[in-house]
Parts: sequence; structure tokens; C-alpha cells
Amino acid sequence: MSYTAWIIVTASLVGLSCSLIGVFLILRKMAMMADAISHTVLLGIVVAYLITKELSGPHMLIGAIIAGLLTAILVQWLNNLSIEQHASLGIVFTTLFAIGVILIATSVGNAHLDVQHALMGEITFIPWETVTIPVLGKIPEATLLLGVVLLIVLICIIAFYKEWKITTFDPALAASLGIPVVFMHYLFMSLVSVTTVASFDAVGAIMVVAMLITPAASAYLWTDKLITMLVISAIFGVISAIIGYYIAAWVDTSISGSMAFATGIIFMLSFVSSPKHGLLAKYTKPMKSVV
Amino acid sequence: MSKFVLEVENLSASYRKNIVLEDVNFRVKQGSLTGIVGPNGAGKSTLIQTLLQLHPSLTGKVEFFNRPFNKSKQSIGYVPQRGSVDWDFPTNALDVVVMGLYGKIGWLKLPSRAHKRLAYEVLEKMDMVKYADRQISQLSGGQKQRVFLARALVQDAEFYFMDEPLVGVDAATEKAIMEILKELKTNGKTVMVVHHDLQTVEDYFDHVLFLNKTVIEHGKTSSVFTTENISRTYGGKMKWAMEEGSHVVDTR
Amino acid sequence: MWSILASSNFQWVLASTMILGVAAGMVGLLAYWKKQSLMSDALAHAALPGVIIAFLLLGEKNLFILIIGAAISSLIGAFLIQWIQSATRITEDTAMGMILSIFFGLGIMLLTIVNRSAGGNQSGLDSFIFGQAASMVKSDVFTMLILTLVVILIVFLGFKEWKIYLFDPQFARGLGLSSKGMSVIYTVVLVTTIVVGIQAVGVILIAALLIIPSVSARYWTNSFFCMLLLSALFGGLSGIIGTYLSAIGKGWPTGPFIVIVAASFFVLSLVFGKEKGILVSRLEFNAQRKLLNSQTNANANTLDSKGVH
Repeated sequence: MSYTAWIIVTASLVGLSCSLIGVFLILRKMAMMADAISHTVLLGIVVAYLITKELSGPHMLIGAIIAGLLTAILVQWLNNLSIEQHASLGIVFTTLFAIGVILIATSVGNAHLDVQHALMGEITFIPWETVTIPVLGKIPEATLLLGVVLLIVLICIIAFYKEWKITTFDPALAASLGIPVVFMHYLFMSLVSVTTVASFDAVGAIMVVAMLITPAASAYLWTDKLITMLVISAIFGVISAIIGYYIAAWVDTSISGSMAFATGIIFMLSFVSSPKHGLLAKYTKPMKSVV
Repeated sequence: MSKFVLEVENLSASYRKNIVLEDVNFRVKQGSLTGIVGPNGAGKSTLIQTLLQLHPSLTGKVEFFNRPFNKSKQSIGYVPQRGSVDWDFPTNALDVVVMGLYGKIGWLKLPSRAHKRLAYEVLEKMDMVKYADRQISQLSGGQKQRVFLARALVQDAEFYFMDEPLVGVDAATEKAIMEILKELKTNGKTVMVVHHDLQTVEDYFDHVLFLNKTVIEHGKTSSVFTTENISRTYGGKMKWAMEEGSHVVDTR
Repeated sequence: MWSILASSNFQWVLASTMILGVAAGMVGLLAYWKKQSLMSDALAHAALPGVIIAFLLLGEKNLFILIIGAAISSLIGAFLIQWIQSATRITEDTAMGMILSIFFGLGIMLLTIVNRSAGGNQSGLDSFIFGQAASMVKSDVFTMLILTLVVILIVFLGFKEWKIYLFDPQFARGLGLSSKGMSVIYTVVLVTTIVVGIQAVGVILIAALLIIPSVSARYWTNSFFCMLLLSALFGGLSGIIGTYLSAIGKGWPTGPFIVIVAASFFVLSLVFGKEKGILVSRLEFNAQRKLLNSQTNANANTLDSKGVH
């Protein structure tokens, strides 16, 4: 496959995993939790690096899951101490992120890991670092990782589809039916962390947040069915990735920034023209009823 | 039928710094239809939530069917207040009813056609079939309440808790809901309902539980629903409650 | 290191981070009671494209102009968040997350273009992401000082209006206080604090300076006025200590150190605070439980003794 094709495939994988997870994120009213985790994952990666002295996939993943769960647990803990969700989230993620940045500045140096890279990603380098897989042949390491993560995400969503649905819609009922609401919450947070860290290297934290939230929010404007919302969100995720790449190539700029921006374009289009909740529908509907 | 299906001993609970339930003791007989009444902030919702372990208890013992709550979960149905969920959630009325079956369907399985048929039947009973495909935010208050009730019915529980099911619903829905509750009762199910309208207590419930932080009085409506108990429960609002009470007596 | 600390430029920088901390502490308290702590995070990220566009238009790094660009971009972000959540069923946190990431993405796009054309990182705009207080020059410091002083003055003088506006906007309107007007002033001081702060602390962490001191202050007092003063104190101290710490190493970013200091104050407040601090609450809870138990025992005893008779 060509260089461009690999970049588009990688970005599309990010788009798919993130936009699927994102549907449940926004329905659970946890969009800002995604923002928080995308920042704190940095700390997980730095600590994993300081302990193992290498920047390899598995270590980073484990560090990131721990950091993500730590974020969720700390936020929950502060919340139980009667600090509102918005404030506890703000305290936890900025503090953990600050620790991460300080560790990089003081003990890692700029040699292998720099914050800017983590925030903005460097998808342009991805096709160069390849591994050889028996059947598939030579494929970029990051792409492989993202493929595996997408598989995990898909399996978890399909296997526990109705549990996600009910714990999201009505946790009290779910608990009374004997469904482990707390376990599902932390499983979900783990999925968010894994997806975030796998996407991190390729596209950076900001793009992850955009991909997690925006396609799902756009899809929310088009449908009233959960399953349809998942499908539309996934499609929007992939389209954003592709459009983003071509915008970046066209004006010669940051690919991850353009992809985040592309999710915004799709949202704007949905916001204006969605048949049910869009602006045009709002202004035309009353006229129709008059006619 | 005089078996006790719920026994509560010395239950207490707090909300932030304030104790909202204290030394709550009562026992409920099988096949009874109980109205829980009390002023705002008397701890009615908290009582239900504490019984169902959705709110932590400070002290006390709760037994359903002579077993602890965790072992009897499957036979208990709960209808929360309507405000407790996000009505913009992408789902329709039928789907919400099917959710009542999720506990029984088990892990890794999707609802089958049989489950959907069951949900459909219950919707039919609630006269809601024509709204089965409707997104839930487009239902009226009464229709939402019917969906919630249908979701509880489909669980086929032995014991039902309902938190203010009659608030903000139209007269037809109120009548329909009460029909269903009476039917449940005749089928030997036990029902406890948080209720706010003192005028209808005598028509609707055969038992009444007066609650204000603790149980003021509990027993057969015919013997405990008295002006005296009402004023003991409502305390400062005594005057209003008295009028309300006498009104009830008048209408009989 | 000591030579840096003694230099007059450093003292100016110190003064500006201190006063920034004070302003952020005060404005953050307003945001906290408006339940909008995370809004500051969204608006800070949304400021980035404005900074870059201002630089592109002007071609030089004039802090005042950059701040105006940042403010315009933040305000557009704030407006969009408001619009999206009022026009659709999308909730506020989702709208904030979207605006934050999309605007930041746009900012990064533009920044990449600027860095490419300006040759490397010479524009120095990168410091807007993490904050580099030490890189500020005297004119930057003056701009910051003046703007933050104005913010502090507005919050301080309108103290009782803020109080009533935050606590009960309906009632405030009844008193003839325009809640729309207050909202506008609130947004303006919030955005000003954010955009002034991003040079020193960076767009990612300025939110911390607004959120953390205000929550810490809650643990010490129940009076709004005292809370305002404490929040300002925590913010100011975090600014000073954090800037000192970051001056120890070469090229260390200022923002993260300020945040760590603020977080330390928070942890101390959380544990030892006299209002709802963990220690105090634990003691109260135990006392309550003991009281309940002894009461029920006493009841049981009286019942028993009745039974005997």
C-alpha cells in the first residue's frame, strides 16, 4: 500500500474506534471526561516510559489504562466528597497533566518523548515504523495497534450492547435488575483510555477528543435509534479522517489538526441541515404546517 | 394471606449532613397496596431508594421474602420518578419496556422476538401500542408514565415500588394506572407507592404508611387514615392537612 | 539560578503571575458557582486560533493584539457553545468538548503554517500552549498587569451584585439587576482572565488556575466574601511559588508548576479544611452514628424495662 493509503487507513481506524465509543460518552454525559482522560493518559505514558525506559505499545497501553482509570476513580472520589462533577474533573485532569509535563521537562528530557508530539501526534511518521505480520505482511506498528483496539472496542460494544444501553439510559433500573453498573462504568473508562492511547501516537490528544465527541454529537442530530446512531457516527468518523487528510495535504499543515477541524465541518453541516434537529428544519417546519 | 414479604428494622439514612430517615420500622403483608404519604422532605423517595440499596443506609436491617435484598432482587420491580432519566436518549417506547427484561435475558444475549412480544403485550395492556415506535421524548407525561409502568410490569416481579407515578399525568392515565395496581394486588403482588394526594388515598390504597423521617403510623387505611394521624405527620402544615382530611371524610 | 531570580525582569514576571493568580482565583470562584468550571477549559482552548490569526494579520508578536485576537476567538467559542445547546438536544458538556477540540485543531493547523513560514519556532507562539512566563518581556508584563487589575477591580467592586446574581438570578432581576448584563460582564472577565493567562500558563492549564483555588477556598469558610479573598490568596500564592520553582530549571514550563502548587493547596484544604474537610466530616459522621446507636439502645432499654413491669 502507498504511503497516503496507510495514513488514511490509520486515521480511519482512529475515527472508527473513537466515534463508536463517543456515542456512549455523550449519552452518558461524559464528553468532558474524554477531554480529561486524553490529557491524563500523558502521565501514564511518561511513567511507563520512566519505569521501562522504552516506548513500546504494550507498556504504553498499560500505563494509559492505569492513568485513565485513576482519573475516573479520582473524579468519582472527589464527587462523592460532594465536589461537583465539573469541578472535580477540572482539578483531577489538570493536576495529573501538569505532573506529566513536569516529569517530561525534568527527567525525560526532550529526547524521545515530547509533549507537543503527544498533543498533536505525528501521523506522517507512522508508515515508516513497520512490523511484519504473517498473513498481512508489512504493516505499520501504530496501524496494527489501532486495528487491535478497534477489534476490542467492537467486541465489547456488541457483546454488552444491551448492558451499555440500560446502564446509560437508566442506571438505577439497571442496578435493580442486577446489572453491575459500577463495573460497566470502569470497563467503559478503560475502553476510553485504551482507545485514547492507541490513537495518541498517531493523531495526538486533541484530535482524539474531537473524534470521540464530534461525530457522535453529529450523529445524535440525525437519528432516534441507538444502533443507527452508532453506524452514522462511525461513518462520520471515517469521513472526517479522510477529509482532514486532504485538507492538510492541500494547505500543507498539521494532519491531526485538520482532522479535528474536519469533524467540526461535519458537525456544522449536521447542525444546519439535519431533518429532525437542524436549523433549516426548525425554520421550514412551521411554514410547512401553515401550508 | 398474612405472610410478611418486607420487614424493615431500625433503618436510618442521611443525606449529606442531615439525617433524613431515623429508626424506621415496619412490616408489609403480601398482597397489600400501600400508599406512602408525608410532607415534602419526609424521606419518601429516600426510603424506597434505601430499601433498594440505591442509597446507603446508616443502620438497620431490611428483608424481602425473609431474605436479604441481594438474594431477592429478581422479584422486585422499581418505577423511579420520571425525571430520573434522559428522555432524549435514542430509543423508543417498546425498547424501554424490553429493558425491564434485561436482567432475565442474561449476559451476551440480545432480546429475542419472544421478549419483544412480551413487551408488546404489556404495552397493549397499557393502551400504548400505537406509540411503541415513538422516540420517548415525544411522549406526553402520562404516556411516559405508562411506559415506565409497562417496563415494571414486564419484569413480572412479586413486589413493586413506585415513586410518585401519578404526578403530572392526565386523568385517563391515572385511572389506567390504578386499575393495573389493583389487578396486581388481586394477583397476590405487593405494591408500595409514594403518593402525594391525600384526597385519593382512601380510594386507592388499602394500607397507608405515614412517613416523616420515621414511621408515624402504618396500617389498614380504614383504621389509620385519620385526621389525627394526618396532622401528626404533616406537623407545621397541620391546618392545610386537616382541611384536606375533612374534605376526604366529606366526599365519602 | 540566583542570577535569574535577582534579575529585574524576573521580578516583573513574578509580579505578573502573582496578580494573574489573584485574578484567576477570584474569577474562578464566579465560574465555580455558575457551575461552569470546565467552561474555562473550553474557552482557553478556543483562544488558540485567535492568537495565531492575530499574529498572521499583524506579522509581529504584540501581546495586546494577540490578546484581542484570543478574546474574539474565545467569545465566538462561548457563543457557539451556548447556541448549540439551546438549539439542539446536545448537552453543554458535549458542546464544550466539541468546541474545545475543533478550535484547538484549527489553532494547531494555523500554528503549523505559521511555524513553517516563520522558519522553525521563531514566532514563539508555541509558548502559548504550555506557557513560558520567563519569556515575557516588560511590555508583556505591563499589558498583563493592567488587564488583570481591571478584572480584579470589577470582581471586587461588584462583589455583592455577583453574590446575588450567582445565588439567585431570578431574584436579582427582581431587584432591577439585569441578569443579561451580568452575564455579559461575567463572560468578559472570564475570557479576559483566560487570554491574559495563556501567555504565562498556557491554554491547556490556565483552566486549573481558575478551578482549583476556588474549590480549595470552599473548605475554609461559608462566607462568599471570605471565599473570594481565600481563592485570590491561593491563586496568588500558587502563581508566586510555581514561578519560583519553574525558574530553577532551564526551559522548564511555568504553567505545570503553578498548577502543582495550586493542587497542593487543594489537597491540604480537602483534608484539613474546617468546612466539610475529610477529617472534620469523618469526625462528625462518627459522632452522628454513635448518637443514633446510643439513642436506639436507649429506646430498646426503655421498652425492655416497660416489658418487665
